[in-house]
Amino acid sequence: MVTVDLYPDEVYNLVSEIPDPEIPVITIKDLGILRGVRIEDGAYIVTITPTYTACPAMGMIGDQIKEILESHGVTNVKVELTYKPAWTTDWLTQEAKLKLKKYGIAPPNHSSCSKLFSTAEIVSCPQCNSKHTSLISRFGSTACKALYKCDDCKETFDAFKCH
Amino acid sequence: MTTKDATYTYTLRLGDDALILGHRLSELCSRGPILEEDLALTNVALDMIGRAQALLKYAADIEGKGKTDDDIAYRRAEINYYNHLLIEQPNGDFAHTIARQLFVSVFEFLFYTELEKSRDETLAAIASKTIKEIKYHMQHAIDWTLRLGDGTSESHKRMQTAVNDLWMYTGELFEMDEVDAQLMREGIAVDLIPIKAKWHDDIKTVLSKATLLMPEDTYMQTGSKKGIHTENLGHILSEMQYLQRAYPDAKW
Repeated sequence: MVTVDLYPDEVYNLVSEIPDPEIPVITIKDLGILRGVRIEDGAYIVTITPTYTACPAMGMIGDQIKEILESHGVTNVKVELTYKPAWTTDWLTQEAKLKLKKYGIAPPNHSSCSKLFSTAEIVSCPQCNSKHTSLISRFGSTACKALYKCDDCKETFDAFKCH
Repeated sequence: MTTKDATYTYTLRLGDDALILGHRLSELCSRGPILEEDLALTNVALDMIGRAQALLKYAADIEGKGKTDDDIAYRRAEINYYNHLLIEQPNGDFAHTIARQLFVSVFEFLFYTELEKSRDETLAAIASKTIKEIKYHMQHAIDWTLRLGDGTSESHKRMQTAVNDLWMYTGELFEMDEVDAQLMREGIAVDLIPIKAKWHDDIKTVLSKATLLMPEDTYMQTGSKKGIHTENLGHILSEMQYLQRAYPDAKW
């Protein structure tokens, strides 16, 4: 039973502002994690996709979706996880990329830059915009980030991996 | 054998590789040789556990007995695990960890690229998700193989020893049985014969770039497809399953 009559679009808008638990400056909609809302057998099905298969934020995002909808009187909610189509950084909006940069995380380039065996990827320093940066570690503080340092301002910074 | 049974076994085998390697790598948490490497190996472990979760959940769904991915992961005996023997080998020194990662991730890269074309939609979806992560694992393993092989005389010696030690577990990666044969006919499973040739070429290229010698194919260990393992798996399970065995259904 759907207790409150809302269109799927309205439900989508309600949950779209949920911030990503690990990068709170951008929302799950900005990130492309929120895939859609539909009604099935009288329940709202909210579909989300993980950035990485083991993204530990998925459980929390699912809980937050239910919480926010419950506060609007919507209780019959199922959160569904999908792997297809596979998440890509191409889904990040331009606005989201700017927010990331402001937060100190170098935004991802187009996903095609993650070509195998190419090390020539240019990542700009989010602090001073210098293009003279070097990779410290391909694996950073979360699954979706790598660790870089700026050769000009000497700051180390996180870079969102192209995916 | 029905398609359902064969797909269950096939999925379980893939899930076990991811689960056991994820556990093995997680043993290195806080023990990496340097901080960045600690982060890298545990990131790889996390990807593996994520893949295991997806695959074991699918296996549970196929089985249809109401089990969860956790039931499958934590409540089987050693003989009911089907991960490859290579996967369960100890971390050893860093060279052994890297040699194992090299052999496994080059194999997985080739394998999952093909599995993306599987007629089983769930396996294909998981493959297209996981292949992006495998590229990072493989690049990382190749980087370290080059660095250690073409490094100091000590790192070269250790890397060569690790490659030699683990070689006898690589033959099993390409074994196929009736499960593979049946699912290949149905367009679900991956044919490992072409994969084997490509794997040999790729490994040969990396090893020679790293100034390492490619070992000769001699006796190859086997058994995991029947649940026969080296002594290592029992030790892994005793730690991995401890909580579920001591406190069944424990919740956080």
